[in-house]
Amino acid sequence: MGYGKLLKIDPLVVEWNYTTEYRHSYAEDSPFFIELGRGKLLGSRCKSCGFKYGTYRKYCMYCGSETEDMDLPFKGKVHSFTTCYYSGETFRGDVPYILVLVEFPGIDSLFMSRLFMEQGEKPEIGMEVVARFKKFQTFTVNDVYFVPA
Amino acid sequence: MIILADSHRNVYMIAGGLTQFKKTNFNEDFRLNVKHSLDYALKDSGMKIDDIDGSVSAYFSDHLQGQLIAGAMSNDFIGLAGKPSKRIEGGGATGGLAFQTAYEEIASGTMDTCLAYGFENMSHVGTWRGNDIIALGSDASFDYPLGGFYTAYYALMATRHMYEFGTTEKQMAMVSVKNHGNAMHNPYAQAPMDITVDDVLKSPVVSSPIKMLDICLMSDGAACAILASEEVARSYSGKPVLIKSIGSSSDTMRLADRPFGTVPLLPNETPDMYKNLKYPGVHSFRAGRLAARMAYRKAGISNPQKEIDFAELYDAYTSSEIQAYEDMGFCPYGQGGKFIEEGKSMLDGDIPVNMEGGLQASGHAIGATGIMQAVYAFWQLQGTVHRHMGNNRLQVKNPHLGIIHSHAGTGAYEAVTVMEAV
Ligand SMILES: [Zn+2]
Repeated sequence: MGYGKLLKIDPLVVEWNYTTEYRHSYAEDSPFFIELGRGKLLGSRCKSCGFKYGTYRKYCMYCGSETEDMDLPFKGKVHSFTTCYYSGETFRGDVPYILVLVEFPGIDSLFMSRLFMEQGEKPEIGMEVVARFKKFQTFTVNDVYFVPA
Repeated sequence: MIILADSHRNVYMIAGGLTQFKKTNFNEDFRLNVKHSLDYALKDSGMKIDDIDGSVSAYFSDHLQGQLIAGAMSNDFIGLAGKPSKRIEGGGATGGLAFQTAYEEIASGTMDTCLAYGFENMSHVGTWRGNDIIALGSDASFDYPLGGFYTAYYALMATRHMYEFGTTEKQMAMVSVKNHGNAMHNPYAQAPMDITVDDVLKSPVVSSPIKMLDICLMSDGAACAILASEEVARSYSGKPVLIKSIGSSSDTMRLADRPFGTVPLLPNETPDMYKNLKYPGVHSFRAGRLAARMAYRKAGISNPQKEIDFAELYDAYTSSEIQAYEDMGFCPYGQGGKFIEEGKSMLDGDIPVNMEGGLQASGHAIGATGIMQAVYAFWQLQGTVHRHMGNNRLQVKNPHLGIIHSHAGTGAYEAVTVMEAV
């Protein structure tokens, strides 16, 4: 924190900026983010109880067993959606945008993603969507997104 | 698995206090906020700070305040340095969990009197930045980088709830009208408003279907509750309120991880009510239902619909109040929209909910919120609303049992506490 900008005298209010560079490690989730760059969407299957996860994880939340990577189908359905007109500061330039929870056939849980549509098109629950991949990797979950199938 | 640990000593709430919640309060810092709420509670109970054995502090975000270990700063400010203290953090459920921790301090025999206090000063960052910081209370690898923020997560839940059960935006708006209207009689409330369903529906969409007037506020404020053992409670002149039982539970942080299974049943429910319902799905706060079930079981409540006289429910979003009616067993799962439409949660309804305005209108100074709910419930059960608010409009008639409820994230932690007039 540096010297502040004076905002107010009584009471005395100053404004300062505090920034931190985070070293965000994807650690055991790394394969998911790396494979997005190869156009692959990884989910996880529990080796012990067989639960199939739509969002990648290395260990099963039910039995604690290690999971194995599995390819998710690119096609899924909108399970729920919302259009964001406000957001957190970081994404202020992106509004409006659509978030969806995608359900895949035969998979036991969901995947959250952005949905891109043509102007005038409206998302609906049950609508078929298909995964697309960013050409240049950002190494975030945004490297995959969905469009209407 | 059934959790059935009996508490060992009866625990009472003997005093409470709160500051008015405000959009900004640059005239006093969080320590003075806490002190003001505490001074009120001490005066109300005839206690002195020396009578307090220890404390539990509640605040959510170090980043909102720009101050870490803020609990220690509050402790020495109010005269509790040298006494046992701990900080509890659990997102939106922070205050509710801290209140339960103070209960445990007494129930276990560790303390005879314990102060639970909570605060948050959210005005130190702007709304968009605040959204960002709070969004870091979601999965920072998979959810936040999408532009995920809490209104959006609740909107995803609401969209699915509407699809599954036919809940409408109008029903959601009714919650806002009720809570803002109730707050007109609460001098502590941040945003009392005389509004209509149309006003809510026409307010700007934040994240469809949730609109500006469906959302609680960011607030500055503090609240405190003094808890005591039976023996100590009897030695003070006021009217203590029994903390009958506590329940809590947790769920997956990521909405996407919510699996589909069967509904855990509350004591007033049967399996045939939910034959085809996949649960929890993303429309449900499973942890809320489990926390309620635990609290009801320990309190010996077999029909919450009949036995509970009022509730302070977590209405950060109007949709979440509707979902909470269902999680608490006030109506069958999926029927929350009808519950508000039929006026059952109104001041004069079957189970008045958020008589003082809830988070929607009283404000949501996160760490203080759960304790604010406890203070309101305490005043209701004492029958002293008039004395504390200067009017009797919000007093429920002769209440016997009340509950307070809060959740963190999209239900990652939930806390339900049953309080009883004795
Ligand atoms: Zn497993």
